[in-house]
Amino acid sequence: MVLTDQDNRLIAAIQGGLPLVEHPYAEVGRQIGLSESAVIERIETMQQTGIIKRLGVVVRHHELGYVANAMVVWDVPDERLDTVGELLGSQRCVTLCYQRLRHQPEWPYNLFSMIHGFSRESVLSHIDEMVETLGLQDINYQVLFSGRRFKQRGARYQ
Amino acid sequence: MVVALNSAVRVINDPGMMDSTDRTIINTLQGGFPICDRPYAVVAEQLGIDESDLIQRLQAMLEKKQLSRFGPMYHAERLGGGLSLCAMAIPEADFERVAEQVNAFPEVAHNYAREHKLNMWFVLATETPERIDAVLAEIEQQTGYRVYNMPKKEEFFVGLKFDV
Repeated sequence: MVLTDQDNRLIAAIQGGLPLVEHPYAEVGRQIGLSESAVIERIETMQQTGIIKRLGVVVRHHELGYVANAMVVWDVPDERLDTVGELLGSQRCVTLCYQRLRHQPEWPYNLFSMIHGFSRESVLSHIDEMVETLGLQDINYQVLFSGRRFKQRGARYQ
Repeated sequence: MVVALNSAVRVINDPGMMDSTDRTIINTLQGGFPICDRPYAVVAEQLGIDESDLIQRLQAMLEKKQLSRFGPMYHAERLGGGLSLCAMAIPEADFERVAEQVNAFPEVAHNYAREHKLNMWFVLATETPERIDAVLAEIEQQTGYRVYNMPKKEEFFVGLKFDV
């Protein structure tokens, strides 16, 4: 999808959030000089083409009780990466699962998964269970719990 | 950490903070939002509440910072932007200074301390992919520490939904 200037104005206009009024898309249109139906059409297209991954609420997980936030990193042999990535990604407790660039020798880990829970104990027991049930005992991994959060906001555009 | 845990436990246990309707709203709206002329009315009907009640509750949860945002989650790369996860190993004595310097960059979307030799982890979001290297070089120059750039190579799962 090729983005027009108008699309870019729309992207910028809603990045901070949708207006909390009965006709939110009409309100957005009023701000950038588009009709309600044009706004609806462009947002639908952006969602279909994947420019908008999701429309809806983004929670502050910490404030909702998910105080234990672990990044679990795995050193997966390249030939097993797709299989293990799919397996981990399909687990209910895993909220994100990505392959990332290694930095040998200090950082051998190439598969990153995020696990959020109400306590460190529950997160650790989820991990033990996954290792057991998915047969990952031979894969070297580390659990990096988060300490302080310094900054949390979405990316900004324009 | 102890302080943070205690305050969070209070959040969970405080029944005044969020009732079952709020929880249903969050669980529902993490899955999407209608794109039509009266989207709040559509969701409200589905949940069996009034449109105005839904709007007020969303407003309140945003004000209480239980919600980070209500709107689109963009795919940075498809918007033509750059996105990467970066890590640094910072000695305790220098941590505050470096955290301040790193957070001052508008391209740093979020930043967490983690328990590892690589103890500072942040996400960089730039307007173009080429800007990633430039910003990393600036961060290294300002802070005096190496940045490990760990761009995404493959995505296996992006759910990022939380049951509440």
